Amino acid sequence: MQTVDIAFWASVLSIAMAAGTSLVYATVGEIFAEKSGVLNLGVEGMMIMGAVSGFAAAYHSGNILAGVVTGSMVGGLMALIHCFVTITLLADQVVSGLAITLLGGGLASFLGQRLGVDGTPLVGLIGPRLLQIRIPYLSDIAYIGDVLFNRDIMTYSLYIVVPLVAFYIRRTRPGLFLRAVGENPQAADVMGVDVVKCRYFYTVIGGVFAGLGGVHLSLSYTPGWTESITGGRGWIAVALVIFATWDPIRSVVGALLFGGVNAIQFRMQAIGTNVPAALLNMLPYLLTIVVLVIITYFEGLRKKVGAPDALGLPYIREERV
Amino acid sequence: MKISVEPRIEASSGLRFVVMSTSILCAFMFGGLIMGIVGVDPVDTYVAMLEGAIGRPEYWSQGQFYSITETLVKAIPLMITSIAVGVAFKMLFWNIGAEGQLVVGAIAGSGVALFAKDYGLQSPYAGINVILMCLAGIMGGGLWALIPAFLKTRFKVNEIITTLMFNYVAILWYQYLFNVVWKDPEGMGFPGTAKFDGVWILGRISGRLHWGLGIALFSGLLVWIILDKSKWGYEIRVIGQNIKAAVYGGIDVNGNVLKVMLFSGGLAGLAGTVEVSGVSYSLQEGLSVGYGYTAIIVSWLSRLNPIAIMIVSVVFAGIMVGGDQIQMTMGLPSSVAYVLQGAMLFFVLGGDFFVRYRMTLTKGQRHADS
Repeated sequence: MQTVDIAFWASVLSIAMAAGTSLVYATVGEIFAEKSGVLNLGVEGMMIMGAVSGFAAAYHSGNILAGVVTGSMVGGLMALIHCFVTITLLADQVVSGLAITLLGGGLASFLGQRLGVDGTPLVGLIGPRLLQIRIPYLSDIAYIGDVLFNRDIMTYSLYIVVPLVAFYIRRTRPGLFLRAVGENPQAADVMGVDVVKCRYFYTVIGGVFAGLGGVHLSLSYTPGWTESITGGRGWIAVALVIFATWDPIRSVVGALLFGGVNAIQFRMQAIGTNVPAALLNMLPYLLTIVVLVIITYFEGLRKKVGAPDALGLPYIREERV
Repeated sequence: MKISVEPRIEASSGLRFVVMSTSILCAFMFGGLIMGIVGVDPVDTYVAMLEGAIGRPEYWSQGQFYSITETLVKAIPLMITSIAVGVAFKMLFWNIGAEGQLVVGAIAGSGVALFAKDYGLQSPYAGINVILMCLAGIMGGGLWALIPAFLKTRFKVNEIITTLMFNYVAILWYQYLFNVVWKDPEGMGFPGTAKFDGVWILGRISGRLHWGLGIALFSGLLVWIILDKSKWGYEIRVIGQNIKAAVYGGIDVNGNVLKVMLFSGGLAGLAGTVEVSGVSYSLQEGLSVGYGYTAIIVSWLSRLNPIAIMIVSVVFAGIMVGGDQIQMTMGLPSSVAYVLQGAMLFFVLGGDFFVRYRMTLTKGQRHADS
């Protein structure tokens, strides 16, 4: 009985890893943007654009790398629009982020119906996909071997990227400047940091990461293109940033938790339970709300909310006297 | 030489008009660019969309106004949800959940229409039944919106994420109802509830256009009066403009968040009820087509003014009908409509810079101190 349970949880964790990968990319990206003081609610739009363009590029070129590169660049490009509108033109970050999401959704749907062969839809096409790479010996470790060492290249990359990003933000000089810009842009300006350039840079990086998250969906997790491919994952990523209190390492825990809900959902459907699929499908969204309530409540108690002080505020240099 | 930027004290209405029309023109040009990239002729497409939205003069002279009534049919839910969203935005409460509130309102309204007679609550008069149904829809949408509002006031939970997550939950719930629980056993296996009895249906004005238009216009006027003339409207505006001043002035901010969200969600719920009672006559696929999201764009472009919202929603409904038209006649994706709407929001948002700020060329020395 005991062994069966462990095997069950190992398989849940395995699906959680696959489902959580896109969330980690999107969340880490949003952490970069928010650390620099830019709230980008366009994650959902950048992800879905990354998913559609990445799949289309991979399909037509037959080259998976082309898909990954295209998806990430399109994500970055979407973020660049957000930068221009909010940083240069000083528009409201909330509205601009929503606009990115709405425009991204519409554009992805439009492109998805035109980017197939000779203007036909992409839906239903089967293109190249990221394969799982089994690492010899390591993947043979009981239970966790398969969970950790039988994954695709984008998940493996995170093993390096996440600690690296955490180290970069916390321990390096550019990381310090990044935090300074998000916490107190006036002071950062005095230190000699170019606030505008810094915010542009990290917000675009955030878009690249969101694009990668989308690419992972259309090239690995649910290979192919469907209009509801992201299904609110971008918004879950925005919530995960709060859950992770702006810490990349903790975002992995959150992403696994949400991925795990997906996995339990699959498992229960496979076993054939009496719980309707619709109710199981509600779980990730309800969990997001529950987690958000708990986190906000306890952060409030500690009087220390982890958000950068200048998050969401435009920076106008002329205002400095 | 250096460009310096300073806030404008006051922008003339002429400047606003020029900036607004340039922005919208840019949005259409952006749409045309995207069409060009994927090999579609933008001019043909725009002309086809316009014809889809308003028809042709020769049809009008024959007394055919099909396109116009179709546009108005779509304008009804869009108008009500945009007004709903606008009220919440007015006090800077980001209600992104109008889509879900619309759906829950439709569920509540349909529930009443389908089951009220089992409890002896059905009147022989359609008017009374429809009012009962609308009240159910208002309560459904309002209570659904009240949950994120409560989480905001009690736990300070970010309302953007909660209202949005509730959209997904509401849509899954609604799909479950019409696919499983309330599915019509005599529906030949097609998903959807049974059709409502005739006494639960909104009367029609012309073609498919129903009296929901009256409800939408009434809601707009009501909200305009509330926001502009009432003490409550004054409180909402003060909270939106300066929350600190509102607190100093003794305005109950949390109470207003709850009240406004009950009201905003109630209106969105009303839109859902009007849609099932006026258009589909049952709970079925096709209710959630993004009115709640388009409403965000409409209300923002209208600067949250209910009268402007009523006009802009008709224009946006026209773009949606035009999108459907090019899908049917030219085989082009109807999502062109969403691309255009999203682009419009962007260009107007960006263009607003030229209204709010003045740019002047100055000699570089002026900033020598920095």
